[in-house]
Amino acid sequence: MLSRTADNLFWMARYLERAECTARLLTMGQRMAVLPGSAYRDEWRSVLRVTGCESFLKGSGPVSEADVVGILLLDPENPASIQSCLVRARANGRSVRTKLTQEMWEALNMSWRHFEGCTVADALQELPVHLDWVKTRASVFRGAMETGMMRHAGHDFARIGGALERAQMTLRLLDVKYYVLLPETDVVGGGRDHYQWTSVLHALSGIRAYHHVYGGVHTPAQIVDFLMVNRTFPRSVAFCVDQMRTHLVRLAKEHGARSSCNETADELFALLKAGRNGVFIERGLHESVQHCLLLTNRLATEIADSYHF
Amino acid sequence: MELAVRHQTTYRYATPANQVSLLLRLYPSLLDCQRARSWEVTVNGTPVTEFPLNAFGDGEGFYHRRGTFSEMEIVATGTVETQERHGIVSGFLQEAPLPIFLRQTQLTQPEAAIRALARSLTESEPIPRLHALSARVREAITYESGITTAATSAAEALALGRGVCQDHTHLFVSAARSLGIPARYVSGYLLADEAGHALRETHAWAEAWVDGLGWVGFDATNGLCVTEMYVRLCSGLDAHDAAPVRGSVYGTTEIGIQADVMISLAAPSGSQQVQQQQ
Amino acid sequence: MSFFEMHDPAGSVRDCYAEVQRWIDDTGVAGLHRRLDEAEAIFRRIGITFAVYGEGGDPERLIPFDLLPRIFSRLEWQRLDQGIRQRAQALNAFLYDVYHRGEILRAGLIPQDLVYQNEAFRPEMIGFDPPGRVYSHIVGIDIVRTGPDRFEVLEDNCRTPSGVSYMLENREIMTRMFPDLFSRGRVTPVDNYPAQLLRTLKEVAPPACTGDPVVVLLTPGSLNSAYYEHSYLADLMGIELVEPVDLFVEDGRVWKKTTAGPKAVDVIYRRIDDDYLDPLAFRPDSLLGVPGLFHAYRSGGVTLCSAPGAGIADDKAIYVYVPEMIRFYLGEEPILANIPTWQCGTKDGLAYVLEHLSELVAKEVHGSGGYGMLIGPKSTAAEIATYADRIRANPSGFIAQPTLDLSTVPTLGEAGVVRRHADFRPYCLVGKRMRLVAGGLTRVALTEGSLVVNSSQGGGVKDTWVLRD
Repeated sequence: MLSRTADNLFWMARYLERAECTARLLTMGQRMAVLPGSAYRDEWRSVLRVTGCESFLKGSGPVSEADVVGILLLDPENPASIQSCLVRARANGRSVRTKLTQEMWEALNMSWRHFEGCTVADALQELPVHLDWVKTRASVFRGAMETGMMRHAGHDFARIGGALERAQMTLRLLDVKYYVLLPETDVVGGGRDHYQWTSVLHALSGIRAYHHVYGGVHTPAQIVDFLMVNRTFPRSVAFCVDQMRTHLVRLAKEHGARSSCNETADELFALLKAGRNGVFIERGLHESVQHCLLLTNRLATEIADSYHF
Repeated sequence: MELAVRHQTTYRYATPANQVSLLLRLYPSLLDCQRARSWEVTVNGTPVTEFPLNAFGDGEGFYHRRGTFSEMEIVATGTVETQERHGIVSGFLQEAPLPIFLRQTQLTQPEAAIRALARSLTESEPIPRLHALSARVREAITYESGITTAATSAAEALALGRGVCQDHTHLFVSAARSLGIPARYVSGYLLADEAGHALRETHAWAEAWVDGLGWVGFDATNGLCVTEMYVRLCSGLDAHDAAPVRGSVYGTTEIGIQADVMISLAAPSGSQQVQQQQ
Repeated sequence: MSFFEMHDPAGSVRDCYAEVQRWIDDTGVAGLHRRLDEAEAIFRRIGITFAVYGEGGDPERLIPFDLLPRIFSRLEWQRLDQGIRQRAQALNAFLYDVYHRGEILRAGLIPQDLVYQNEAFRPEMIGFDPPGRVYSHIVGIDIVRTGPDRFEVLEDNCRTPSGVSYMLENREIMTRMFPDLFSRGRVTPVDNYPAQLLRTLKEVAPPACTGDPVVVLLTPGSLNSAYYEHSYLADLMGIELVEPVDLFVEDGRVWKKTTAGPKAVDVIYRRIDDDYLDPLAFRPDSLLGVPGLFHAYRSGGVTLCSAPGAGIADDKAIYVYVPEMIRFYLGEEPILANIPTWQCGTKDGLAYVLEHLSELVAKEVHGSGGYGMLIGPKSTAAEIATYADRIRANPSGFIAQPTLDLSTVPTLGEAGVVRRHADFRPYCLVGKRMRLVAGGLTRVALTEGSLVVNSSQGGGVKDTWVLRD
């Protein structure tokens, strides 16, 4: 397979996943912002921080919903905004058009112009509708890929791209919100924290799943376990890494050799397994999450190197 | 005459380049009036292999490298034996049909002023006529560096009235072609200019076809035919076409080119051998 | 009146069209229209939306498809087949000659300047022997019919003629929708074209190739108007569709960048113009292309199909001399006639053309796609005067031909079968041997009386049948 094709498929999936992740973050931001004391916590700023987009802010002071919607939904210059993710996903897909199924292409092709000409005021009016639309488009695309795409190396690259992006989003979300999950922080205790945690779960569509696993009890250690280590929840870091491992092994078989990215994925997976039962919190959640993020970034570089992107 | 040449060109890149391709026409032509005694072209110290002669009979080398590097140093060096042939350039191993050298390019488009200059020549014999053209070109464009660029056309240089050897040569070939005389652009080295100053860069001159004699080299910048002080590298329809170095870089932008030519009378061959044995 | 290909002079249906006539009668006009709608829906779904012949325009546009096939009898095809092969052979012989000794020019049969001063002539190719001495591996010859026994060549396409995917798709859709028409096996298949093209390309592998040649199709990218055709052909041949960024040159060979590392490439079927092949060799201002590609080619590391500089053979100014080429190189009389052509670059030609412009079709030498041409009998006096000024300003840029009495083919109109003018482009493959699939692309002018078949100006396409008996 041409390296460019692999590269395009990998990034097409990443950008589409990123668009969805950003939509989920905005949903979480909306939920959190209506909680008491949100102005003082500057919730919207933390949303920007998760995406690494704080530098797009103009001026200082508390961040408003309108600011964040402008930056994360509409800004065509911001590579993390939903609008530019959709455009980039489509551009990547277009240059490998013949490797996609008709349905996959349609899913990409129908999305990219959705926010053209949309103003912040327009977007704010119907924000939940817009965000749901983005999630639906991503689901349609994944569905088309799942049911229609040939299981050759191209499929592996696309799945790895999606899983990598999803793992990183969960990690970044934990990294920004880790303090609400730490027992020793002074804001902990009382109903507000409960809402904060559940907002994190909500953002990842994990609230019901969490209940199935742990019943109705919320503890920071269990939430961390659920989001980092659980192997059945599809947005947990371990699940995503496990998926990447599977597809990387397939690629290694096809190319006749394992490479450094297989080792890194295994290392990351072992690290996550060893982090069960509150170990991450004991060792320092922030540090643990940072370390995992570092490994996912290394993994991305190694994939590009191994397959000559 | 034996000339020792060292021609070094250094490209520097803003950020490390990840792919560089170079087409090098840095090989002295093999002719009746010149032959290389020894010659080597290297890029960052690696010798470049030479391709078969191109359609115009010029030697070419191609260098390609992927990886990361921030600098390209191209060195062509060796000694060339030259003979005084009063401007006649003969002995090409490969020749292209003459009408090709009547083609004008973007850089040589003969606009009205150029046609007028060509038509004003009164000499009827070919050699005196070409000498007159050479003199006319030199009058029309005063030598001054820094005024024109690689993209300046013959017509623009003529309008400016100032320029360098590239502009003289473009104007010469443009006017000659407009008179139906096949002419081409030549790149090479010159031991010293008219005033005896050693040149620190490559030089350009023209070759015009004279029935009965073949190609004759005219250096309009210095107002003479080529002599044994010239080393010919390659030819083309214009400066673009006859560029000794053409490059293509991916992943970065070029931030500086530095060219340095050193050309001198070679030491007697005996001492060179001693040096080689050391 | 124009020759209507479905009828004989007496007005009855010709044998070769008998079966189709029965089918039309049985299905009825309404039925045919219903089936046409179905066909178009299928085309749209598969996404065959691209411009033919580099006409530009919207690459996502659907070209109208006409349901009624254009049919050649076995005897008619025999003659076409011979004439097409003869022409393709002479054009390649001409290319070899002008890039070597130029015998035909020395013999005074073609003016030297017309070749050597022509932009389409690439001095870089002088003295080089391409594998098999083939320059144009796919020769597309545009042919019109002017009578029961008369075929004339409109122009040659020696670079990268497009449109062959229509030939294949049109047939595929016809066999899918009307299997009965093909069940008796009277229609010669065309679906072996991709296999024959691949075989042709492999035959011209370069000296550096060892083993089974690796062939790729080089496209400018997904924004190109013929991208669909590029990907379609690559898929049918089972070869990689690459863009310039996927290739690089090292050690005198061309490599494609794959996830398993660099893989050598032997033959490149390129659908990119000469100018954009290699920024080091051709256009230094171009960022496109593969640096060093041309040098790899010249040193035998890779084969480019078609060869750079093959365009000199299909130049409109050279066209006039193709019959001379056939006599000179093959010692044969041309089987397919040229259309009489006046060159405005000559004194006599210019005088004649200016005097008779209202009766002639005038064209730009370097134009294509039916743009920039004047159809005298269908133009106003003012249009003719304006065009005459353009010719006077640059005579050698124009040629003129008589208006031809083009044949018409049966076409599905609103109320039934109507007669529309058409042309024909077969694709002759040239490798170690010549191959010609019995068929080609028929383009039809859908507007009544129109002579312009270009899809950008109201033209459509239809299936072309060559009968076996």
